Amino acid sequence: MTHATATANLMHPPAPAEPGSGVYSNKLGMWIFLASDVMFFTALIGSYIILRFGAPGEWARPNAVLNVPLTAFNTFLLICSSVSMVKAYAAIVDGKKYFLRAVPGKMLRDGGLKFWMLVTIICGAAFVGVQVIEYIKLVTEGFTPTGYREGSLLAEHALGDPVKFGATVGGLYGSSFFTMTGFHGFHVTCGVVSMLYLYFTKVLPEKYSPQDYRGIEVIGLYWHFVDLVWIILFTIVYLV
Amino acid sequence: MTSVAHAAPAHGGAQHAPMSFWRKYIFSTDHKIIGIQFLFVSLFFLLLGGLLAMQIRWQLGFPGQPLPGGGILPESMTSGGVILPEYYIQLVTMHGTFMVFFAIMPLLMGVYANFLIPLKIGTHDMAFPRLNMWSFWLAFTAGLIMLAGFFVPDGAARAGWTMYAPLSARPDLSGATYGQILWCISIVVLGLSSVLGSVNYITTVINHRAPGMTWFRMPLSVWALFITAILAVLALPVLQGAAIMLLFDQTIGTHFFDPIAGGQALLWQHLFWFFGHPEVYILILPAMGMVSDIIANGSRKPIFGYHSMVFAIVGIAFLGWIVWGHHMFMSGMNPTLGSTFMVSTLLISVPSAIKVFNWMGTMWRGNLRFTVPMLNAVGFVSMFTIGGLSGVFMAATPVDMHIHDTQFIVAHLHYVLFGGSLFALFAAIPYWYPKMFGRMMSEAIGKWHFWLTFVTYNLVFFPMHILGMNGEMRRLYDPTQYDFLRGLQPLRVFISIAAFALFASQLLFVFNFLWSLKRGKKAEQNPWQDNGLEWSLPSPAPHGNWDRPPNVYRGPYEFSAPEAGNADFLPQHVKLATDKEPAGSLPR
Repeated sequence: MTHATATANLMHPPAPAEPGSGVYSNKLGMWIFLASDVMFFTALIGSYIILRFGAPGEWARPNAVLNVPLTAFNTFLLICSSVSMVKAYAAIVDGKKYFLRAVPGKMLRDGGLKFWMLVTIICGAAFVGVQVIEYIKLVTEGFTPTGYREGSLLAEHALGDPVKFGATVGGLYGSSFFTMTGFHGFHVTCGVVSMLYLYFTKVLPEKYSPQDYRGIEVIGLYWHFVDLVWIILFTIVYLV
Repeated sequence: MTSVAHAAPAHGGAQHAPMSFWRKYIFSTDHKIIGIQFLFVSLFFLLLGGLLAMQIRWQLGFPGQPLPGGGILPESMTSGGVILPEYYIQLVTMHGTFMVFFAIMPLLMGVYANFLIPLKIGTHDMAFPRLNMWSFWLAFTAGLIMLAGFFVPDGAARAGWTMYAPLSARPDLSGATYGQILWCISIVVLGLSSVLGSVNYITTVINHRAPGMTWFRMPLSVWALFITAILAVLALPVLQGAAIMLLFDQTIGTHFFDPIAGGQALLWQHLFWFFGHPEVYILILPAMGMVSDIIANGSRKPIFGYHSMVFAIVGIAFLGWIVWGHHMFMSGMNPTLGSTFMVSTLLISVPSAIKVFNWMGTMWRGNLRFTVPMLNAVGFVSMFTIGGLSGVFMAATPVDMHIHDTQFIVAHLHYVLFGGSLFALFAAIPYWYPKMFGRMMSEAIGKWHFWLTFVTYNLVFFPMHILGMNGEMRRLYDPTQYDFLRGLQPLRVFISIAAFALFASQLLFVFNFLWSLKRGKKAEQNPWQDNGLEWSLPSPAPHGNWDRPPNVYRGPYEFSAPEAGNADFLPQHVKLATDKEPAGSLPR
């Protein structure tokens, strides 16, 4: 299907009567890749659940170690980026390749593909930035992948209130927290880098059109998946 | 290549410009070249794995005696030519790792999924050719990383190919630091390679079939490779996740598998075997698929029960997800859970038996042609049957308690992996060799190789059942240290000598393979008189395959069909007067 002429609509490959799924290959391939990514996160999240339920002691209370309000803000950022991704998709479906354009009779200018993609990239990058700041703060306070660092502020707290800080299983807490959120952050970073690449090679040169916006749809699928994974992670790591 | 010069414009200009050596053979995006790259690399690893096995057999047959040529190995591996225990455990670990991950798996998936899928479904190339190139180079890198394990301080990984924690997680227990780390990194890279490759195979099969190639006109080899790719896409990431956690345990001090800090050693086993059992079917389903094609061809009869063959593949693949606990009956897992796993495991023998009976039904009263591929395919069926039957033994929990982790398991595993997958490959390699290289492999050497391999292979692995029943654990450095095993030493010597003969027989294959590249008989277009689409192309198949996709009018197993007239085969792309043009076909 990828070789069809310029006039054909590449978004909707023809004829279910002939062999083929009616979904273009890049999109189908992304769905299959996401299925495999689901299994990857299942391994990490499943292990976390098993380790937490089977742990020999109480897990740390939410809010005791992690800064939940900060991460809630970060979650909001990531959800915003999903919304802007949908707006970018809707813009190119309607053929709006521009950045911003004034609309008569309306106060706000109308955003096109270039605008909404930029918003998505900025929100995604900001999410990674906030996560890096969170990591630095946690490690300085003494929360590391091996548990509470001896002699640190958090280790002292844990001695004072072992139940609240889950002193006996701090090592498991650190292991699973940094591995899960770290690999999610890695996925977000990959998404941001891919979107930046598309932005400069395809979006700015206006290579996308209502007949062919496959790159936007495919990266959009990936982006929404990463967002969904975060909502699960935020719930089970930060809230419960 | 002249015919390809007139290719449809839709097909891109890649084949018009002469390509440099590097673009054509090294960083190639052509599915056939990538398949051949995989073939050479994984045959190298197969040979390497065999060499490691020979050292294991020397130690078991002649413990305490210096290994011939062992003097060239460094002091850390041998002492006065005698294999040290530290090196012996590296040998069994790396033999398993290389054979499973870098020989059999890439030989089946890397070579034949790449080479056969586009040719058999009638398309120009894979859906994502560049991703395909990445898949190969990632697998190659992973192999080099794994190989590097032998050259770092403390040597290669030492925890067995299953890498059970906490032995694998703690260098102070296993005695190996860098080797264990390299193992984990290599597996993560290899997993990425497999996922990228499999995404490609699945997409190609779904979206790029030629007009008229409906699902139930696909050859069973394509069906098997397709279902296997689905297994790989879902199973490998779990191993990657587990290997990453193990890597973090080894390097940055996390506690996933460290019981002292509250981690769970059993968690590793669950994760490993949740991947590991689908992996078992990744290693056998493509072999079953290719053997089905070869047996139908060699019997000159349609495959018996085509639909039941397809559903058996799907059934095995599905059941493969819910049986992993049968590797862990002795692990301290909840016994109630054990009986569930026992029942689901026994269920797998139903679709497996369907396949075996269908192969026999195909051969029954067929006009059998015992070519080298057919001989090896029949060898596959008989050996897989033995391996499958011994599998039923260990599926039953009470029996498994006796034979768990003994040489019986080693025997079973080699009956399905060597007797199964490798015999299928000895069938597939000469069968599709003409389409790869344009020449035939020698039939005479091939027959010598088959019979020598078949006999010596049984002499090696069948007596291992007896050792296992007598309680010899696997991975023992020197079984003669145990009173109750000392009397069995003559049997071990016998196995070792047979194993050396088995390895020597493989040199015939290596010679045949390399010699035929230059000196083999020139292959005609359709030397096996088969119906598959790949045989409608010249040998070797040109870059870009077809000018335009062929039309498909029937299934791949129309042997001895009355419509075929004098020939006893009716290719998929040949149009009879009664055939209608399939939907989506281009005007010609």
